[in-house]
Amino acid sequence: MVEIFKPETEAQVLEAVQWAVSNKNALEIIGQGTKRGLGCPVVAKAVLEMSAVSGITLYEPEELVMTARAGTPIAEVEAALDDANQMLAFEPWSPKYMYGCEGGTVGGVFAANLSGPRRPLVGAARDHMLGFQAISGRGERFKSGGRVVKNVTGFDLTKLMAGSMGTLGVMTEVSFKVLPKPEKSRTVLLIGATFAHRAMIAAQCSSYEVSAVAHLPHDIAGRSSVDYVKNAGRDVTAVRIEGPAPSVTVRCQALRDVLAPLGVSVEELHSSNTQTLWAEIRDLSYFTDKKQIWRLSVTPSEGQALAEALAGEYILDWAGGLIWLALDPSDDAQASRVRGAFTNGHATCMRAADDVRARIDVFQPHAAALAALDGRVRAGFDPHGLLNPGRMGGG
Amino acid sequence: MKMPAPDQDIIARRAEIISRLKAIVPGEGVISEEGELSVFECDGLMAYKQLPMVVVLPESTQQVSDILKACSELGVKVVPRGAGTGLSGGALPLADGVTLGLGKFKKIIDIDYDNRCAVVQPGVTNQAITNAVMDQDFYYAPDPSSRIACTIGGNVAENAGGMHCLKYGLTTNNLLGVEMVLMDGDVIRLGGKHLDPGGLDLLGAVTGSEGLLGIITEVTVRILKKPETQQAMLVGFDTVEAGGDCVAKIIGSGIVPGAMEMMDKMAIDAMQRFVDSGYPLDVEALLVIELDGPVAEVDFLVERVKTIAESVGSTFLRVSQSEDERMQFWKGRMSAFPSVGRISPDYLTMDGTIPRHRLPEVLTRMKELSVTYGLRVANVFHAGDGNLHPLILYDANQPGDLDKAEAFGSDILKLCVEVGGVLSGEHGIGVEKRDLMGEMFSEDDMKQQQRLKCAFDTMGLLNPGKVYPTLHRCAELGHMHVHGGKLPFPDIPRY
Repeated sequence: MVEIFKPETEAQVLEAVQWAVSNKNALEIIGQGTKRGLGCPVVAKAVLEMSAVSGITLYEPEELVMTARAGTPIAEVEAALDDANQMLAFEPWSPKYMYGCEGGTVGGVFAANLSGPRRPLVGAARDHMLGFQAISGRGERFKSGGRVVKNVTGFDLTKLMAGSMGTLGVMTEVSFKVLPKPEKSRTVLLIGATFAHRAMIAAQCSSYEVSAVAHLPHDIAGRSSVDYVKNAGRDVTAVRIEGPAPSVTVRCQALRDVLAPLGVSVEELHSSNTQTLWAEIRDLSYFTDKKQIWRLSVTPSEGQALAEALAGEYILDWAGGLIWLALDPSDDAQASRVRGAFTNGHATCMRAADDVRARIDVFQPHAAALAALDGRVRAGFDPHGLLNPGRMGGG
Repeated sequence: MKMPAPDQDIIARRAEIISRLKAIVPGEGVISEEGELSVFECDGLMAYKQLPMVVVLPESTQQVSDILKACSELGVKVVPRGAGTGLSGGALPLADGVTLGLGKFKKIIDIDYDNRCAVVQPGVTNQAITNAVMDQDFYYAPDPSSRIACTIGGNVAENAGGMHCLKYGLTTNNLLGVEMVLMDGDVIRLGGKHLDPGGLDLLGAVTGSEGLLGIITEVTVRILKKPETQQAMLVGFDTVEAGGDCVAKIIGSGIVPGAMEMMDKMAIDAMQRFVDSGYPLDVEALLVIELDGPVAEVDFLVERVKTIAESVGSTFLRVSQSEDERMQFWKGRMSAFPSVGRISPDYLTMDGTIPRHRLPEVLTRMKELSVTYGLRVANVFHAGDGNLHPLILYDANQPGDLDKAEAFGSDILKLCVEVGGVLSGEHGIGVEKRDLMGEMFSEDDMKQQQRLKCAFDTMGLLNPGKVYPTLHRCAELGHMHVHGGKLPFPDIPRY
């Protein structure tokens, strides 16, 4: 029987991990367990559930910094930020459509390095994480980073922890940067782009400081709940502009002028439609839950051609640099076909049944020298492979 | 500060080591004459000097790989070096070590405007990247004050910052990929033109690792389109508190300026005397605030910042009316170091970061320390992100002055940590702050960091004696503590 430990304090987390280390028992580390579908399925004798190690311990809006225990619900973090008109600028996506689970914890957001459409402008979750406290797979407390933005004191283990899926240590507390919400947001839509990748590059490389650039092929656009997008009848390329009101107005007009010659027509979405559209893109509401989903991070200018060649449903974010690809279910999620289609970048199988994910490389396999290094790095944190063993493969 | 004792056996084998290196890098790429070696005896932290055993200047990744493989075989330590502008002694040579200079890696390999990136060799200077893309109105954002001389490889090693990282981030936020050679000669690539590297973020871990993890042989950085316009403001205050208040209110109101610099009276006086920058001499604190972006936005924000400044009692306020005037406002701040050099024979540059709102308290205590040590201190401050650069003035010709200045510096950094900050915001630990690491990190913290080094450099040959005060053998770091572990932990809720 799988035993579930639900510690309430850091000391109890330490105790649980030390027990695991002494007995060489593997632990599955979860927050609320909303993203268990991400990564290879973990086989472990015990589950360490972190959701009770919870609470915001420091929030100084004027310093743009927050510290929270790892199990703090992301909703609680966002509510506190809302009150001060601030946000997690990297726009973590919700697992609602991807895994059918609402919620999640702040530790989980950073452990999975979830980042949304604003990533090209402001960076990923890893760029906002400032420091952490954790228990290693050696059963020892350790920390890195701090609570200030500018910090080069010692190796940046914070970056390493972001996206490590709980395989290097059990984070008990994270500090991160927060930012003011933009005063105003609008979206310029280019309907029927002649060459979508050219339009995306034109927007991304303009001096108008766009905060997101995405592309929805016409069939996907038809599934949007934003009328302008849904009824466009053609591909829709969307560009978001944020900032103080007078600036947004001027930049929107300038972008319309840039984009208009590159397609059939341009439209503009105001605040609430903008919010709806980008939440759809961020959370990926467009694909049915039958589909297997891949996430490809590629050279932006190559994204569209690559997505088309892969012959599935797709949307492009990050000005073409991020492909969300939805395929009909198969035993191997077409892993070799997907990975054979590009040379620069990487592909992660974000959603497929447990048995499929257990069979394939969920994360992009590394070249030999890098794989060996990756293994040595992991061994330094978790020598017996007790924390979320195999979740990132190579287990 | 003591470096590990040189290994006399290695020094005795110097001739053999030189001939091995010459077999890899022919011609003038191996430097072993004492006169020529002295060029490499220190970096930007000139208080410490040491002649390297030998210097090698390879020209290709293959040569770097062969050198590291040979040094691994021979058990010889290697110190990587870019332009030698680092301020924490990260490139300080070792008497029993090879200094490996990347000065010949000067090619710009690829500029890809569509993907907003440039692929360059590590010896290309920071400024040269911007120069190469400026005709298309692009630039490389991180702008350390040494950018004309410092190399991008060194920037990656130190995670260099600059005035504009408040809005645009440090090197780590602008780096897309590297090719690097590990101590055993293996060549790996991390990242590329895509936005995130995939798997464990080793790229993030390598950035700012101060030459302890590998030798970078190629760098892919993100370049940005230049903002439509930039405008600078000078805002002066009667008290440092009011200046600090102004910074907090600007950030708190949701404005992130391109840059926001603050300086205290001693720094203002020194700079204005050095070069006329339009700085008022009758204020206690001066802010240089730069707003950038579309014209409509900058115009709007300038007005907003003016209102905030006035609301906290600014006594001086000027907005640049031309590009020339904007440059003039920056002139003084950009020449902070030479200005201070003019009023003192020597100075130490400190580099702590603090939570912004602790600034008045930190400055007050720094003044007290200044009295205690009998040394003057001038402050320049990246106010927006809390990065403090106190310049401690001393005279190296006065016996005991350097020791006093260093003790003063240590006290300042301890103070930064005490108020919730860190030892270094952008200059790195190197040898300068190495022995202070214990102020911030426990033994276990540091051991865990050093296990990362073991993964990259099993024998500990790459830049040893830097960053970490105690050298541990990797085998020792691998030992596991035995925990009690049998208890059924009655305190943990179980289901």
